Amino acid sequence: MAIAARKTKAGDSAKVAGKTPAKTATRGKSESKAISNIPVFDKEEELHAYREMLLIRRFEEKAGQMYGMGLIGGFCHLYIGQEAVVIGMQMASKEGDQIITGYRDHGHMLACGMESRGVMAELTGRRGGYSRGKGGSMHMFSREKNFYGGHGIVGAQVSLGAGLGFANWYRQDGRVSMAYFGDGAANQGQVYESFNMAQLWKLPVVFVIENNRYAMGTSVNRASAQTDFSRRGVSFGIPGEQVDGMDVRAVRAAGQRAIDHARSGKGPYILEMQTYRYRGHSMSDPAKYRSKDEVQRMREEHDPIEQVRGRLTREHKVGEDEFKAIDAKVREIVNDAAEFATHDPEPDVSELFTDILLEPAQA
Amino acid sequence: MPIDILMPALSPTMEQGKLAKWLKAEGDRVKAGDIIAEIETDKATMEVEAVDEGVLAKILVADGTENVAVNTPIGVIAADGEDVNAAASGAAKAPPAPQAAEAPAPVAPAEAPAAPAAAPSVPAQAKAYDAASEFPAGAEIVTMTVREALRDAMAEEMRRDADVFVMGEEVAEYQGAYKVTQGLLQEFGARRVIDTPITEHGFAGIGVGAALTGLKPIVEFMTFNFAMQAIDQIINSAAKTLYMSGGQMGCPIVFRGPNGAAARVAAQHSHDYAAWYSNVPGLKVVMPYSASDAKGLLKSAIRDPNPIIFLENEILYGRSFEVPKGDDFLVPIGKAKVVRPGTDVTIVSFGIGMTYALGAAEALAKEGIEAEVIDLRTIRPMDIETVIASVQKTNRCVAVEEGFPQSGVTAEIGMKIMEAAFDYLDAPVARVTGKDVPMPYAANLEKLALPNVGEVVAAAKAVCYRA
Repeated sequence: MAIAARKTKAGDSAKVAGKTPAKTATRGKSESKAISNIPVFDKEEELHAYREMLLIRRFEEKAGQMYGMGLIGGFCHLYIGQEAVVIGMQMASKEGDQIITGYRDHGHMLACGMESRGVMAELTGRRGGYSRGKGGSMHMFSREKNFYGGHGIVGAQVSLGAGLGFANWYRQDGRVSMAYFGDGAANQGQVYESFNMAQLWKLPVVFVIENNRYAMGTSVNRASAQTDFSRRGVSFGIPGEQVDGMDVRAVRAAGQRAIDHARSGKGPYILEMQTYRYRGHSMSDPAKYRSKDEVQRMREEHDPIEQVRGRLTREHKVGEDEFKAIDAKVREIVNDAAEFATHDPEPDVSELFTDILLEPAQA
Repeated sequence: MPIDILMPALSPTMEQGKLAKWLKAEGDRVKAGDIIAEIETDKATMEVEAVDEGVLAKILVADGTENVAVNTPIGVIAADGEDVNAAASGAAKAPPAPQAAEAPAPVAPAEAPAAPAAAPSVPAQAKAYDAASEFPAGAEIVTMTVREALRDAMAEEMRRDADVFVMGEEVAEYQGAYKVTQGLLQEFGARRVIDTPITEHGFAGIGVGAALTGLKPIVEFMTFNFAMQAIDQIINSAAKTLYMSGGQMGCPIVFRGPNGAAARVAAQHSHDYAAWYSNVPGLKVVMPYSASDAKGLLKSAIRDPNPIIFLENEILYGRSFEVPKGDDFLVPIGKAKVVRPGTDVTIVSFGIGMTYALGAAEALAKEGIEAEVIDLRTIRPMDIETVIASVQKTNRCVAVEEGFPQSGVTAEIGMKIMEAAFDYLDAPVARVTGKDVPMPYAANLEKLALPNVGEVVAAAKAVCYRA
């Protein structure tokens, strides 16, 4: 399980090469990006990012397969295509920093170091799941890993995430909260209420907007008057950046700037991660609102995992055998999780009435 | 080992579909993520992706086949280097059942444990909670207003626990819109007494987020009418997260503020939300009447590890009651109080409804009817046993609230009595509620919209079959 349990400590990674511009190139121009502007990963970092992203990719593919087999019910939102966002951010974060996100949460949990078995067993509604089968795909938590969910109400996690930052501010414990939400949630009113208070009180929060271009079936252009999401905090004076969310190096570098800003007491920071989901909004989405070519082009030209793999091959001379070994290890973890989640029993019926209220401590 | 491709379920409700088209032919190489076929469901045409690498060894269900059941093998992928023919021949085995043998089948309702939510388990002879022992023996009794009692409760708990803080509109520098937080900023400073912008949804969410980390926020709403902006965070985030996290994420938070009708502030500032919040598992709902209950219950609420809805009343803020001195005075949540003993009829109410209940009991006594008056104090969990114990004695009950009649708290009281003490009733349970209209502004109409002592007296007489 070493793959899921690692977290790179902030600060121990190599200094980025040169000063990264506040605005990295927008999508579609990444080919023409000046190489010198992209922060460099050393081989260990590339390998770490590769393994972590591959775990999410394979886990999600397996989840899709298990949904198809009827083992996973309800809604199931896959993170395939967006892996670089959460992995890059985790590489920039420190132990103790909190994460909170919406319903497309499997990748975030794996990135936090939560066990594949527990996540998959929650997807199948079994007792070994992180919420003992009572939360499902959209509602999982791990106090141990500082993962605060897993929220099914679009935008609610932004206020809650500001509340995590508030707690850090109240306790003055040096932690930073990372509140992830999508381009769709970015139009919810409470997001701006949270922006306002976070900046007013200088809360240590990084707002990570995962702009995957579609809020369910609605493209950003059809839903957003301002599609540059990094500017959504301008009226509150919150700095923001657009980031190539398909390049894990760019994500980590921007994440580092944002987290440093928040941790130093300067208040919140907004990162618009320009990313893309390959799969439908949920399993039952035929994705007719976009062309196959568009999806295919993203996969072929911008895939976050293939980018790392390419660099590992070209620059670090990692050979086929080493990739195969990594792939096999990841597959083993995912297959083990799937096997566990298939055979783990459903929750005991007594669980129906537990965890509704906590017993007050005896005064 | 060859891998079966199974007919996938592509929505929460799909049981079968049409295999519209294969996009790969037998012998084609496929890798994870490749689209290999199209499936038509009742709603849409969906693409099927390969989840493994290998060679499409065999197609088992042809293009255009209708009504293919979910989980039927539709093709076989042979792994790298595997003999395609060998793979195909091994493909006939049945797909793994979604429910493995070791996993218990979904349990029939009959096997479910007795639901606490079903008929309340009230013993044949119910026992009333004895609130007499709540005042500590020998404690000095002082007279104070509900407003002062609430302020003292917060101040005492903030002194006791550094994780407790207050946030809300005008709670700090302004000293509270209704002066309930008077003096707290001066004593505890701006980090623990926090003025928020006018942004209920946002600060409720921030409070809940802070509570999930273990802090103990007291979130003041200037009125619970404004909490409607925040109700999603209260219900979906505060009340449900403990359950959805399998018991990991408690949410020790108090949402408090004035609730219900004040005076001449019309429909948008007069709503009583007791029934709304009492409908939600995962919340406790407290609605005190007296200053001592306000203090003792608020202190218990702040110490409680669960989300608490603490419903105050603007008219009651200025009323004075006897309160025991001392930091240790607590009133347990979930316990009713018999505030006036009687034998002829039980009158149950809570919050400001108690003014009508007590007024009616006084008037009834003059006519020779001894009413037993019960203050529920907590709406959820409801101490129905104390009510039942009284009804078993009086055999008659009138329930009183200011809220609307349909699906109201009094409706719930009536139902619970019927479930647990039907045989004890000599008359149907009666209720007196706010009228089924938005609160009007005009003084005469507002008066008519609210319950009054006369209505409670009339209802009590009716269940006693007295003219």
